[in-house]
Amino acid sequence: MSVLIYANTANGKIHKSAFEAVAYGSKIAADLGTNATAIVIGACSDAESLGEFGATKILHANDSKFNDFDPSIYTQVVVKGAEAEGADVIIFSHDFSGKSIAPRVAAKLDAGLVSGAVDYPSTANGFTVKKAVFSGKAFANITINTDKKVISLLPNSVDKSAKGGSASVETFSPEVGAATVKVKEVIKESADLPLTEAEKVVSAGRGLKGPENWGMIEDLAKELGAATACSRPVADMDWRPHHEHVGQTGVAIRPNLYIAVGISGAIQHLAGVNQSKTIVVINNDPEAPFFKSANYGIVGDAFEVIPKLVEAAKAFNASNH
Amino acid sequence: MKILVCISKAPDTTAKIAFTDNNTAFDTNGVQFIVNPYDEWYALVRGLELKEQNGGSVTVVNVGLAENEPIIRKALAIGADEAVRINVNPTDALQTAKEIVAFAKAEGFDMVLLGKETIDYNGSQLGGMIAELMDMPYVSLASKLEMEGTTATIHRDIQGGTEVVEVTAPFVISAAKGMAEARIPNMRGIMAARTKPLKVVEGSGANASTTIANYELPPAKGECHYIDADNAAELIELLHNEAKVI
Ligand SMILES: Cc1cc2nc3c(=O)[nH]c(=O)nc-3n(C[C@H](O)[C@H](O)[C@H](O)COP(=O)(O)OP(=O)(O)OC[C@H]3O[C@@H](n4cnc5c(N)ncnc54)[C@H](O)[C@@H]3O)c2cc1C
Repeated sequence: MSVLIYANTANGKIHKSAFEAVAYGSKIAADLGTNATAIVIGACSDAESLGEFGATKILHANDSKFNDFDPSIYTQVVVKGAEAEGADVIIFSHDFSGKSIAPRVAAKLDAGLVSGAVDYPSTANGFTVKKAVFSGKAFANITINTDKKVISLLPNSVDKSAKGGSASVETFSPEVGAATVKVKEVIKESADLPLTEAEKVVSAGRGLKGPENWGMIEDLAKELGAATACSRPVADMDWRPHHEHVGQTGVAIRPNLYIAVGISGAIQHLAGVNQSKTIVVINNDPEAPFFKSANYGIVGDAFEVIPKLVEAAKAFNASNH
Repeated sequence: MKILVCISKAPDTTAKIAFTDNNTAFDTNGVQFIVNPYDEWYALVRGLELKEQNGGSVTVVNVGLAENEPIIRKALAIGADEAVRINVNPTDALQTAKEIVAFAKAEGFDMVLLGKETIDYNGSQLGGMIAELMDMPYVSLASKLEMEGTTATIHRDIQGGTEVVEVTAPFVISAAKGMAEARIPNMRGIMAARTKPLKVVEGSGANASTTIANYELPPAKGECHYIDADNAAELIELLHNEAKVI
């Protein structure tokens, strides 16, 4: 028995969410009294760094034929890795990579899958994993009844600090079938960090009146080291790109800090953001429903309040905090 | 082009989320059900557009009991040609996938489309499972799908960008925002939906692999701490010293 963690990469390096997944899987392995093996697929220059997060062995399928993200091929590699390691528990990040492969791996192994886990499994009574449901309006504790278990971890859910430690990297060369997905082009968007993984987010809504007013939102985000997001109408009107749309029908996020500017707090918006650790609401309407979900509130005109916050954040950064 | 669209039933986005039976069951009392928005707005509508351009048919499939028929009729009213309901109340995605595959295997669909997730269980599981069980390529989180013969060109969301990929039919795709514009059924569609075929097939007896032990509601937020607008700078100090998030 062991725990296998799929560590996804971006631009030839281990992606941030993978460190958290490895830390998560290593803790599960320790609790089960077994080892954690990480598996990396495709070009990656820093696979060994996963040792610092608790992996004791790293399998690297580094043949160039693995460079395109093909869920069918990646599934075969992970399944062969699980066989080689005798892994009963397989962990993914619940990001685009995990969403693409974890269900295939679960179907292949006929294993129960909990996707978007927010905590460690509880083994007091079976093997039960907590996940957010109803777009963050509730949680479900889901028991996996099969011998093999697959979990994908929602980013920003558990401790992801490095613990020290090291692991050897072994080249892994499984036989796989023919490629099914051909990557033709990659279109980069400006954000290097996907919204779902940002720890701080500054978000704005229709209260900002028009796309030309987003400069101050970007300034505040920059000073705070935050990503930017928006409400749905803002994306629908093309004031902001669609990938910034958060909420029930957009991206669900749970950063440590969510600042909502000129957003009323409709139930569908709250659904995607109300698990944020600290919520700040800035709105000129004291009756805006969002204040009911806020930790901090400022009743005021965004066009006056935000420039002040930008100045204060600049002063804060300059004072060497 | 034979297109299969999987549709799920989901509580309306404004539904109050509450639980009964010692927090082991979702309280459906007073809840309106809708077609899961990602299935309806993106997967179904793109399926219809492809049929309009290339000919063929759009079949919708739902795994669920007779109570799901109103949402299945809605999909027919939007324009699907026929519907299949697999008469099983599923417990998890793997069971649902097995039931859909048991039906779809022999039907020769060129593509299977579904939404990127449901708004109740937010699983993002079904598409990948169907693809694996049918041994088809799978492209998740697709925001654009164009067909040229049997070759599909697809935009998929990856971290921090979009990848343009090519796959050959048959394939499975999970649809995200951008794929299509939602359609509102018109009177003619609603009338036609009443007489379109809705076939009920019995399940294959697939088992679930997971069970829901119980539900929890998130802890209530404390009081909102208001900061005077003239003194906005104080917020930065509080975020540092009190909330410790910057
Ligand atoms: C099925 C469905 C799904 C949906 N999914 C989503 C979703 O995923 N995400 C989402 O966001 N919405 C979603 N919606 C839409 C949602 O219901 C709301 O309409 C939307 O969130 C409102 O956006 P908003 O808060 O930016 O705009 P508004 O509701 O128009 O609010 C603007 C706010 O700005 C304030 N304001 C105005 N001027 C100023 C100023 N100068 N300074 C400060 N504040 C100011 C106003 O007081 C107001 O509170 C969905 C709706 C449906 C029906």
